[in-house]
Amino acid sequence: MEAVPARARGFVAAVAVLVLLCLLPLPTVRTPWWALALLCALYAGCEYVVRRRFGGTFHPVLLAAAFLLPPPAAALVPLPAALLCPVEQRPALLRRVWRAAQPALAVWGAATVHWTLGGRDAVVTSDFPYALLPAGAAVLAFCLILTALDGGILAVAERVPLRRAWRGLLSHSLAPVAVQGLAGLMMAVLWRSPYGPVAALLVLLPMYVSWWVFAQYHRERAAHQATIRALVQAVDIKDGYTRGHSERVGQASVLIARELGMDDERIEVLRFAGILHDVGKLGVPTRLLRKEGPLTPEERRVIELHPEYGHEMVRGISFLGEARAAILHHHERLDGSGYPYGLAGERIPEAARVVAVADAFDAMTSTRSYSRARPVETALAELERCAGAQFDPRMVGALVRALRRHGWHPAVTADEAHAPVRAVAGGGTPR
Amino acid sequence: MTGLRLIHGAAALTAAGSLAVTLGTGLTDRGIALAFGVLIAVGELNRWSDSQARQAAPLAAAGSLAYALLGADAGRPTAHRAAQVVTVVLVAAVLGAVPHIWCGRTPTLDHLARRVLTVGFAAVCFQPLYDQGLFTSWAGPGYALLLIALLTLTGLCDAVLAAALAHARTRWPFGPLLREQLRGLLGIGSAVGATGAVMALAVAVVGLWALPVFCLPLLLTQLSVRRYAAVRATYRQTIASLARATEIAGCTPAGHARRVAALGLAVGRDLGMAEGELTVLEYAALMHDIGQLSLVDPVPAGATAGLPPEEQRRIALLGGAVVRQTGVDAAVAVVVERQADPCRDQPLAARIVRAVNAYEEKSRDAGPEGPLRALEELRLAAAGDYAPEVVESLGRVLARPRGWREIAPARDDGRRTALSDPVRGWVTHG
Repeated sequence: MEAVPARARGFVAAVAVLVLLCLLPLPTVRTPWWALALLCALYAGCEYVVRRRFGGTFHPVLLAAAFLLPPPAAALVPLPAALLCPVEQRPALLRRVWRAAQPALAVWGAATVHWTLGGRDAVVTSDFPYALLPAGAAVLAFCLILTALDGGILAVAERVPLRRAWRGLLSHSLAPVAVQGLAGLMMAVLWRSPYGPVAALLVLLPMYVSWWVFAQYHRERAAHQATIRALVQAVDIKDGYTRGHSERVGQASVLIARELGMDDERIEVLRFAGILHDVGKLGVPTRLLRKEGPLTPEERRVIELHPEYGHEMVRGISFLGEARAAILHHHERLDGSGYPYGLAGERIPEAARVVAVADAFDAMTSTRSYSRARPVETALAELERCAGAQFDPRMVGALVRALRRHGWHPAVTADEAHAPVRAVAGGGTPR
Repeated sequence: MTGLRLIHGAAALTAAGSLAVTLGTGLTDRGIALAFGVLIAVGELNRWSDSQARQAAPLAAAGSLAYALLGADAGRPTAHRAAQVVTVVLVAAVLGAVPHIWCGRTPTLDHLARRVLTVGFAAVCFQPLYDQGLFTSWAGPGYALLLIALLTLTGLCDAVLAAALAHARTRWPFGPLLREQLRGLLGIGSAVGATGAVMALAVAVVGLWALPVFCLPLLLTQLSVRRYAAVRATYRQTIASLARATEIAGCTPAGHARRVAALGLAVGRDLGMAEGELTVLEYAALMHDIGQLSLVDPVPAGATAGLPPEEQRRIALLGGAVVRQTGVDAAVAVVVERQADPCRDQPLAARIVRAVNAYEEKSRDAGPEGPLRALEELRLAAAGDYAPEVVESLGRVLARPRGWREIAPARDDGRRTALSDPVRGWVTHG
């Protein structure tokens, strides 16, 4: 358990006091209690399901409450959910108070803005398009308060500088909240229409499904990335190179591509090209890859098949695009003496020329079973010496410039849980 | 093919009749017709070309249902009839489908037939009764409930229609297909229905402004469904490539994993497995031999079915360990691990993988009589090796005229083409 600094407790308490102040005028306003109760129950139910299954929060009900109820009553809507939903992390009480107070304050702000701009009458008489104006202003207020409080708690609890805590928060959350605000507006209008809350409930169904699909998308994407990582780890370990060679080649390829001014999509493809460039080594016998001492010409020929094996493996993966050509040709040389096809000059795909330089650079700057790591300067000098014959001078120049600007700090993320892969892909059969 | 002709014929008849009636009487409420037409056409334009998708154009589907169930515009009763609904939906759908037809992407005819019949059903149920004033007594919430009931009925009809079309196209058994469609009704189908109802009600309250206001959230749903489909397809390709690693390493013959996956999927469908289980089965079948990567000395021709049982089980466990590493659904790893267990302890997917793998290995190089003899060997094998119901189903699938080959998960060209085949669209060498 991590100790929560006293300042964070103070911040949460201050926000809670603010919420209580907002709730004070409650006895003086005319509150439709049954609508309030229904919205509270609805929000608690949605929050329970969404938090358990996808993580995140579900705003349409809150925004509908802001459009339907007077401000002090609207601020009550998030409270039961915060009290009822389970809290996974300690300290539970503090988290509950925060989860109640933060949305309560935001909803109060949204409802106040909406009320002041006459949004209530627009909703009741369904006066479109005017109703969009107060609703838009309310969504903006909601978003501003949420992000201000989020940034505040980050700054207080984690000691992140305020400016960094706030950067990007608003622009990231505004679009999703605006869409949820439209759904909330539709809910409010239908709620006040002759068709009543039943029709309003229908709005939630598509929102829920949208949420579900989005969560599925993220789960599937994470699984996909894990699969690619596992593929790469298997190669790295089988090869007996230092760990993370593939990933570092990916990073160096990105550096070169960015220096050459390629667009983001192509840079991403080149990252994959670098990461997967040696995937064909899965098809080469482990004994050969790990052999110490000189290789016979025949053994060398077998190892030199790996670009073709790799291309054969990945050619069905359409999102890799030109990375597939890079995998096939990353051992071609500019003078035409490389393999597998002996292409020369401009005939070698550009992506392959990038990966070739990145590969050679990392091979020189990392420790291998047969050689010590060389300093970056020496490696760059060696690359420049071979530029023109083996490497494309444009790529070498780009790498030199990029390293001069950013330095070389390779970060390898795929270090966790490699032991089982070693047992399987490393050829070390348990006997 | 008679089922297919029947459905297409009914759709064509409905469309022609509606067109004739509308041409005779002319369009009423043109503004509304135009607004909904544009909405449906935009939704169709955004359709994606995945024949497996249950609901490829949710926005267009919801828009057409809303138009079919529209009774009022900002409180003023509308006058359009069922025939006009079908006509507007048809014209908009055809306009929206032009780019798709131009690129030759999808079987558009089935899609159109389904849309016309479903919308026709909803409109015929609703519009005549509404025009006669039968629903005036259903004021307020009751009216909303009525719409929900109508939409549920329409959804059921659509599910039956979709299952019948898929059955006619693929010859897969009707029962599991229908079950799959009905399950889809709970997911995105319910969202489409609810959106249709909300649009119809909201237009009745606030007028046409409701369309853009509520379409934006749904458009986002459509986009995220699309992205989800894309990442699923990519993931599947990655798994297939991983499976090819064993073939390239020389552990198994070219195309083996893919053939086992295709045949296994057909057997799974024949046994009525659901879509989620089928995905697990497909991934497991693709990766069932991956444990062989860890062997120092490869099994001759990768044929594991002839090995002693404990050796088979050891390779299966090694394979399960690799699959767990890859971050695929843990259920896939379980199937790979248990593929060599006695069949009464296995989950259904593992039974299928075991039987189909054995069949593939035995029939591979055995000449023209190979398949029959292999099937016979499976039937006669020691009790407990291969599950009898799976072997029977395999026999049924193989007896079908080349039905299972159509659903091969990827291009079935394996390594029979030269290794240096250039990737389509990429000039790999000068």
